[in-house]
Amino acid sequence: MMIEYQNIFTRVQVRTDSHGPAHTGLPLPRGDFERTGEPWYVYWFGKFGEAQIGPIYLGVLGSASLVFGVLWFWIVGFSMLASVNWNIIEMIRQLPWLALEPPAPEYGLRMPPLGKGGWWVIGSACLLISVLLWWARTYRRARALGMGTHVAWAFASAIWLFLVLGLFRPILMGSWSEGVPYGVFPHLDWTSALSIRYGNLFYNPFHMLSIVFLYGSALLFAMHGATILAVSRYGGEREIEQIVDRGTASERAALFWRWTMGFNASMESIHRWAWWFAVLCTLTGGIGILLTGTVVDNWYLWAVKHGVAPAYPEASPAIVDPALMQKGASQ
Amino acid sequence: MSPDTHVPEVVVPRTVMTRRRAPQSTESRCGAFQVQGGWGGPGAPGVPGAHDGAGAHDGPGVPGAPGGPGAFPDAFPHRFLRSQRWVVAALCGLLLASCERPPMDSQQLGFRGTGTVEINNPRLMQKAAVLHQVPEELPAVSSEGPKASSVYQNVQVLGDLSVAEFTRLMAAITLWVAPEKGCNYCHAGGNFAADDLYTKLVARRMIQMTTHINSTWKAHVAETGVTCYTCHRGQPVPKYLWFEQPAPRQGGAMGWRNAQNTPSPTVGLTSLPYDPYKIYFLDKQPIRVQSGKALPDANDRALRPVETLQHTESNYALMMHFSGSLGVNCTYCHNSQNFASWSGSRPQRVTAWHGIQMVRDLNLSYLEPLRGTYPPEDLGPLGDAPKAFCATCHQGLNKPLGGVSMLKAHPELAAPGPSAARDMVAPAKAGAAPGKDDAAPARDGAVPVKSGSASEPGHGVAPVRSGAAAAGNVSSLLKDG
Repeated sequence: MMIEYQNIFTRVQVRTDSHGPAHTGLPLPRGDFERTGEPWYVYWFGKFGEAQIGPIYLGVLGSASLVFGVLWFWIVGFSMLASVNWNIIEMIRQLPWLALEPPAPEYGLRMPPLGKGGWWVIGSACLLISVLLWWARTYRRARALGMGTHVAWAFASAIWLFLVLGLFRPILMGSWSEGVPYGVFPHLDWTSALSIRYGNLFYNPFHMLSIVFLYGSALLFAMHGATILAVSRYGGEREIEQIVDRGTASERAALFWRWTMGFNASMESIHRWAWWFAVLCTLTGGIGILLTGTVVDNWYLWAVKHGVAPAYPEASPAIVDPALMQKGASQ
Repeated sequence: MSPDTHVPEVVVPRTVMTRRRAPQSTESRCGAFQVQGGWGGPGAPGVPGAHDGAGAHDGPGVPGAPGGPGAFPDAFPHRFLRSQRWVVAALCGLLLASCERPPMDSQQLGFRGTGTVEINNPRLMQKAAVLHQVPEELPAVSSEGPKASSVYQNVQVLGDLSVAEFTRLMAAITLWVAPEKGCNYCHAGGNFAADDLYTKLVARRMIQMTTHINSTWKAHVAETGVTCYTCHRGQPVPKYLWFEQPAPRQGGAMGWRNAQNTPSPTVGLTSLPYDPYKIYFLDKQPIRVQSGKALPDANDRALRPVETLQHTESNYALMMHFSGSLGVNCTYCHNSQNFASWSGSRPQRVTAWHGIQMVRDLNLSYLEPLRGTYPPEDLGPLGDAPKAFCATCHQGLNKPLGGVSMLKAHPELAAPGPSAARDMVAPAKAGAAPGKDDAAPARDGAVPVKSGSASEPGHGVAPVRSGAAAAGNVSSLLKDG
C-alpha cells in the first residue's frame, strides 16, 4: 500500500454513491437559488480530483457573469472569424495569430468606430463585468459555506492586475490603445512591445518582485506538494488537524526541511506562505504595470538614474548616434 | 532514517466516505501499466499475476519487475504501453522537428554577460555558401582609345569609358543579370541604341543607382561597394524585393486586424504588423519608439507621436526583417539591456542606420519612380514598383556575398562619370520611351518628401561626443561593413 503515494495520479477515489445518493452539499439559506444538475461520476476525473461532477450553483451572480463572459467570448471569436473573411478553416489554421485589437492611439479615450477598435472597447466592458461578477460570486459562495474569503481576495489580486492592464492604465495614459489585444500571439507581442517601448521592464523593481513571487509560488507549490505526499503514509494529508495536533507526519516533514535547509515552515504557515506569494505576484505586478508610462517612461534610464542598471565598459571607439552626427554636420 | 522506521503500516485513507475500487478490468490494466512504467502497482503482495510493483522496491526476496517488453504473459497491456511510448516518441520528434541539430558555432561579440553573441549553424552556412559565391571576373581591358559615347549612339551613362571597358561591363552585366536571355534582354533587334525595351530603361537607371550607392552611401557599403550582382545574382529580377501588401480579405468592419495578426513571412510568421516596409522604407516614418527620458514628459511625448505600443510593434516587425535578412540576432547590433542606447550598441548598428537611410533614398529616388516604366505584370498587387530592403542585397548574410568586393574589378561603377552628372538629378526618363506617358506617377500623396526627415530627431541616450571622435569612429566602421 505504501506505493500508493508514489504514483503521479491520485489513487484514492472518494465516491459517495456506493452508499446512498450523491453528495449535493449543505442546505442553502432562504432566498438562494437551487443547485443545478444531477451529480454524476467520471472515473478519470477522479484521477486528478473529485470524481463527482456537479451539482453547480449558478445563482444571479454566476448566471450574469456567464452571460457577460459569453458575450465577450463571442465578440472576440466573431471578430477573429470576420478577420479571416468568415472562413472557419482559416480561423482554425490561423487561430494563434488572430486577435481583437484595441483602437489606434488617435482615438484616445473616445469611443472609436466599431470596425476600428470599438468592438474591443465593448468586449472589454463585457469581460470586466463578467470577472467582477464572478469575484462577487466567489465571495458570496464562500460565505454561504461558512468559509473564510481567502479565495475571493486572492482572486481579487489577479483582478487588480487585469484591471490595471485593461482599465486603470489606459485611462491614466489617456488612450485605449494602451490596452491588451485579445489573441494568443498578439497579446505576447503586446507584452514585448510594452517592455521595449518603456525601456525594458526587467528594470522595473515591481516587475522584479512579481517574478520573485511567481517563481517563488511554483517553488513553494512543489516543495509543499512533495512534502505532504512524502509524509502522507503517516497521515500527513491531515494538514489542518496537524496544525494544532502534530503527528509523526508533521514531525518528519519539519525535520526533513530543518535537516536540509535549517528552517522549516509549519503546517499552518506554509499555507500562508503560499497564499501571500500567489497574491503578491499579481499585486506587485499590477503596481509595476501601473507605473509604466505613467510615472516612469523608460525603466532602463530610471535604473541608471538610481544605480540599479549595471554599467558595461564602452566600446572603443565609442558608438555615437549617427542621427546626432548628421545633424551636427548639416548645421 | 533506519530501514526499520521506513517500513510503513498499511495506510487507509482517513475519510469517512467509502473508498471504492475501480472496476476490475481497469484495475488490472492500470496495475500492469504501472509495473512497466516502474512506478509500482497497487496489487496485493504475493497475489500471482498481480505484477506487484511494491515488491520490486521493498521485498528483498521478490524479484524486481522486468523492464523489457514481452516479460509478461498477457500481451495486451504491453501493446498498449508500447503504443503509448511511440506516441510519446512521436510527439517529442514533432516538437523537435523544426529545430536545428547541435553543435552551433557561437562567437562572443561584446562584453561578457551582455548576450552579444553570434550563433551560426556551420552546416547550414556551408549549404548556403554556394548562394554567396562571387562569379569570375572578366579580364581587365585597356582604358585607352575612343570613348563609348563617341562610338555608340544614345549612351546616356558610362559614356566616359573606353569602348573596351564599356563592352566589358556590358558583358559582365549580361552575366550578372541576364545570362540566359543575353543582350536581347535589353537590346532588341540588333539595334543597341534603341530604347524600345523597358528593361533597357530600367537597366540604365539601375546603373545610375549603383554608382549613386557606391559614391554617396559609403557609410553603408564602405569600399566594398555594390554591383548589379549584389542583388541580381544571375537573375533578371532580384530574388528579394518588396511590394506594398494588400490587407487580407476581411468580412466587414468587425474583422479589423490593424494591419497585423496574420502569419506573414515578411515578419517571420509572427503576428506583428505585416507591412513594415512601406511605413519605414518609403514613408520615412520615424523608427525610434523609446523615450529618451527616465520620467514622462508630456511636451516631449507630443513631439514624437510614434512612441506608442503599436509603433513599437511595427518597429519590432522591421527588426525581424533585419534579423532575417542578415542572418543575425538582435544582439548583433544591440545590447538588449537597452535597445535604444547607442553607447551600448555595436558599431554595426551605425552601419545599419545608414542602411535604412540608403534604402529610403533608393526606393524614393530610383525604384518607386520606375513604376510607370514597368509593364503592369512587373508591378505589385497594389500597382507599385518593386522596391529594395535589406534582404535585396544581404540575402541572409551580414555582409552581402560574404564581404567580397566585386566593385574592385569594376571601378567604373564606383561613381558616376563626369558626363553623367545630369543623370543624377533627373529620374529615369521613362517618359522618353515610346508609349510611356506617365513618367512620374504620383503616389497618391503618400510620400512625404521632406528631405530633412532622413535624420530623425536624435533623442537616444548616448551622450554626444566630440565631432572629431565621432568622425573617426565612422571611418573605422566603414571597414567593418
